[in-house]
Amino acid sequence: MIERSRIFDIVTYMVMALGVIVVVLPFWITIVAGSQSLAEVSRVPIVLWPSSHLWDNLAEAWTRADLGPKLLNSMIMAVGVTVAKISLASISAFSIVFFNFRGRMICFWLIFATLMLPLEVRIVPTYSIAANALMPFQVILDTLGITGLVETLSGLRIDMEWNLLNSYPGLILPLVATATGTFLYRQFFMTIPDELVEASKMDGSGPLRFFWDVLLPLSRTNMVALATILFVSTWNQYLWPLLITTDRQHFGTAVMQLKSLIPALNGTQDWNVTMAGALIIMLPPLLVVALMQRWFVRGLISSDK
Amino acid sequence: MERRAYYRNKGLPWLLIAPQLLLVLVFFYWPTSQALYWAFTLEQPWGGGNTWVGWDNFLSIFHDKEYWGTVVRSAFYACCTTALSMFMALTLAVFVDRSLKGTRAFQSVYVWPYAIAAPAAGVAFRFMFAPEAGLIGAINDIWPGIWNPAINGYQALGMIIVCHSWLGIGYNFIFFLAALQMIPRSISEAGAMDGARPVRRMLDLQLPLIAPTVFFLLIINLISSFTDSFGLIDTMTEGGPFGSTEVMVYKIYFDGFKGLDYSGAAAQSIILMLLVVALTFVQFKWVEKRVHYN
Repeated sequence: MIERSRIFDIVTYMVMALGVIVVVLPFWITIVAGSQSLAEVSRVPIVLWPSSHLWDNLAEAWTRADLGPKLLNSMIMAVGVTVAKISLASISAFSIVFFNFRGRMICFWLIFATLMLPLEVRIVPTYSIAANALMPFQVILDTLGITGLVETLSGLRIDMEWNLLNSYPGLILPLVATATGTFLYRQFFMTIPDELVEASKMDGSGPLRFFWDVLLPLSRTNMVALATILFVSTWNQYLWPLLITTDRQHFGTAVMQLKSLIPALNGTQDWNVTMAGALIIMLPPLLVVALMQRWFVRGLISSDK
Repeated sequence: MERRAYYRNKGLPWLLIAPQLLLVLVFFYWPTSQALYWAFTLEQPWGGGNTWVGWDNFLSIFHDKEYWGTVVRSAFYACCTTALSMFMALTLAVFVDRSLKGTRAFQSVYVWPYAIAAPAAGVAFRFMFAPEAGLIGAINDIWPGIWNPAINGYQALGMIIVCHSWLGIGYNFIFFLAALQMIPRSISEAGAMDGARPVRRMLDLQLPLIAPTVFFLLIINLISSFTDSFGLIDTMTEGGPFGSTEVMVYKIYFDGFKGLDYSGAAAQSIILMLLVVALTFVQFKWVEKRVHYN
């Protein structure tokens, strides 16, 4: 604070309080409506105070949207993407920063150009690749004439197929194929002083040893930050899971279930159940953000700049 | 930034980078080139592969009045969302930056919207704005029929814009606050000594100093409102009433997956890609400039 000004302090608190109202209101409404009975939630104007039916509504939403398996699927997807992305990002950034090999810059640009296009804009073709993830290789072999060659030589026809629809790899892999994590790791590795590399070289440690014993422990805070961001953003994915899972019953995620909870236009307007369901589904990432705030804020700022 | 100390190894770096390269090739470059291929070809109705049609797919889109409606709507949507969200976040960040007592508690609440899935917020806002429910709908008791986003397209669009802006508050706030806290105290103190009041200092000192962040967020917000609106629209209005909330992403999804017009959807995807790439390039150019200034 620079100067004391009573009035300006009051204004500050008032604006901040207003901000809290704006931010918290949707959460509050969700909790309030989720705890009311059907009669209470249909009242106009609504009573902005929680009632006593929260537990009933939660249970009803849980069974109606089959949330048990769906939350598990969401968890598998979110943890899968987080783990896969962090592992891949750290080793590929390590390769780019600490090795001097031909084609390094090409690899760098190939990976980082993916930052430009979010999944949403290339959703239609990405969906078609999910029907057969090995198609690019098949096409390459076909055009190079290798398929024909092998067929005439051995009588075997190369026919590669890996269908990703309705599978966990299908939910996870396309979301891993971006460079956000790699970028963060690269930024971090660039700050490692040359002396450290030289010192561990002198001590006789090879590159993998250096990566495992020096770099990974040093990058622990970055890893936590990245993990929070990845977990939250993956949990909240909607469009991709919607497309890749035609078998909703077994592979649907929690966020996809929200739509089925919305009351039908001519049905019972039981928004209380809808809101209770929304509450369950928004809770895991909210908890992660609230608990990990310090790390996640740092990660966000360093990963995007 | 070039490193002096390297490891030397022929195979290892390739081995380490191979998994990521493979993933990126299969799930990024292949689909993107596939989109290009589809955009310039048309599937034969009786099967038998695609035929080359040149710019026909694009031309038919450009001649489609409905498509232009979608583009204009998306642009309007993006501008409103970006402006509203950034304004709210910046206001909060400026006041939080004064770090009065108890600010930390406020600060941690402002981050919350970042954690919420767009469809979850969509459901919550849909209830808040539902004409038959008791929050905004309550004004229908005073003026019957004045509020009904299920019929009135402008109200529907406005409702989604408000929700999208709310979702962006957390992210924007984090960046604004970080930028404001980077400004050395001494600069603001010097300004205060010269007799500049808080508002003046904000306009003449803080805003110019955080200009790079403002610009960065402007681009990020624009991109995200062009590409990220699907979850909201699908849960709040499904593009209705009468297509009045159908934006570019939603039309791509609808034409591609419901209408099964892959070529048309691919051509639309290409246009959206170009838009996003253009925005990104503007940003890179700016970053370059900023480096020059330093």
